[in-house]
Amino acid sequence: MVANKFVLRFSSTLVEQPILYNLVKDYDLIINVLKADINPHKEGYVVLELSGDSENYNGGLEYLKGIGVDVTPLSGTIFWSKDRCLQCGACTSFCPSGALFMTSEREVCFDDSRCIVCESCLDVCMARAVEVSF
Amino acid sequence: MAVEKSYAEINEKIKKGTAVVVTAEEIIDIVQEKGMEKTVREVDVVTTGTFGTMCSSGAFLNFGHSKPRIKMNKAYLNGVPAYAGMAAVDVYIGASALPESDPDNRVYPGRFLYGGGHVIEDLVAGKDVKLEAFGYGTDCYPRRHIESLITLDDINDAILFNPRNAYQNYGVAVNASDRTIYTYMGVLKPKLGNASFSTSGQLSPLLNDPYYQTIGVGTRIFLGGGCGYVAWHGTQHNPSVARGENGVPLDGSGTLALIGDLKQMSPQWLRGVSYVGYGVSMAVGIGIPIPILNEEILRYCMVTDADIYSTIADYSTAYPQRDDGELGRVSYAELRSGEINIQGKKVPTTPLSSYIKAREIARILKNWITDGGFLLTEPVQALPSTDAGISLNNLEEKKNNR
Repeated sequence: MVANKFVLRFSSTLVEQPILYNLVKDYDLIINVLKADINPHKEGYVVLELSGDSENYNGGLEYLKGIGVDVTPLSGTIFWSKDRCLQCGACTSFCPSGALFMTSEREVCFDDSRCIVCESCLDVCMARAVEVSF
Repeated sequence: MAVEKSYAEINEKIKKGTAVVVTAEEIIDIVQEKGMEKTVREVDVVTTGTFGTMCSSGAFLNFGHSKPRIKMNKAYLNGVPAYAGMAAVDVYIGASALPESDPDNRVYPGRFLYGGGHVIEDLVAGKDVKLEAFGYGTDCYPRRHIESLITLDDINDAILFNPRNAYQNYGVAVNASDRTIYTYMGVLKPKLGNASFSTSGQLSPLLNDPYYQTIGVGTRIFLGGGCGYVAWHGTQHNPSVARGENGVPLDGSGTLALIGDLKQMSPQWLRGVSYVGYGVSMAVGIGIPIPILNEEILRYCMVTDADIYSTIADYSTAYPQRDDGELGRVSYAELRSGEINIQGKKVPTTPLSSYIKAREIARILKNWITDGGFLLTEPVQALPSTDAGISLNNLEEKKNNR
């Protein structure tokens, strides 16, 4: 079983196709959509978690790339700057998924695999140490 | 016989490299282990630290004279206005200053991405900063406008002067209303959704010297990564607030005005910050050494987070309306646990100042002293304490027919 979070970006020609349906039907993948949007130019993105056995998982990713969907791991689109971080820990009381957390030594850390891209941290970080690039 | 040490004796030990220096966190376990009597004889200095937002901060800058000369009466650094109501090329850039073009809270809540604190951080980082200044032209200062780039190295003087820093304790902020509010204590979720708190508790300078017995005018300190001094008591210094049996104030009380050479400082310890819906400010790193002159001073340094209490205030009504009314008191040990209890409700806590950075500052200062390069100074004047009869005045509105 493989599971990872991705940002999928669609061009205007792809946005009306039932791509997620195909991932479920043809590749037997479990899909958990965290966030999605379409802009007025009909371009869109979906942030989702994909999981399935490794053959289907890889097949599904190949399918997405083959039809022209831009696939980026979520960890490449959410960036927490350890240098910018002031280590106050304010974000940790707003992060609903525990992706931003404090160790027992009161050090602030970021585990991007737990991030659900709710963006709560963006507003509460006085150092603006978290950046989201989509 | 009771131990009494002098500043001179401790400084002799520092020069010889034999002084025993520990942090305000380490001293707690040392006394537990060795007892008071042995510790007061062995330990010479306790170092404290704090790293958090301190709005009453800023820097005096002198740019040098242009050819021809200008008497600046309006000056901007990266678009942020600096106060120019002094001599021709002197300005003061305040940490909370915003560019005139900033949309502030007109689109609520505002983002406040850049301001005076960020200008100071950029200067300290050695970056080019755009200077634009206007004058009205005089016979001696004919020029009316100048645009240039400056760096910290280019300018003659850069003096950090913070009129109010290092608050001795501070209140805990909550929001009892039914909408999210945006404050200088951070984002406060509705219906007591979180409780924000500041200060480094058991590591905080004035919480380890509650009656200002060693920290006074002239005390040499760690300021923004360089060496600075206590210049005076800070604005709103109020030693008269209620105190616990251990002498520790139960709410914001004493404050310090601090001064130091910006050119010695580091962007690691002076950082521009943005509070959504509130404004910009600057996080300042401060470390203050406390000489262990006698047992009483040591006893105050033993304070732990469990002994320090703070008062909870509602920032949706009572605080903004300057009304009385508090929602109880909690200890820093409870605040640091991540959750406190307010009127039977479990409320997650939001720290605003960094405990591990405070610890790092206390350790850096400890190393400076241990290495022999940082001597202690005896205050030339004590700060006003509980016997000074200070009470804060409020601003009352008076009829003005002028």
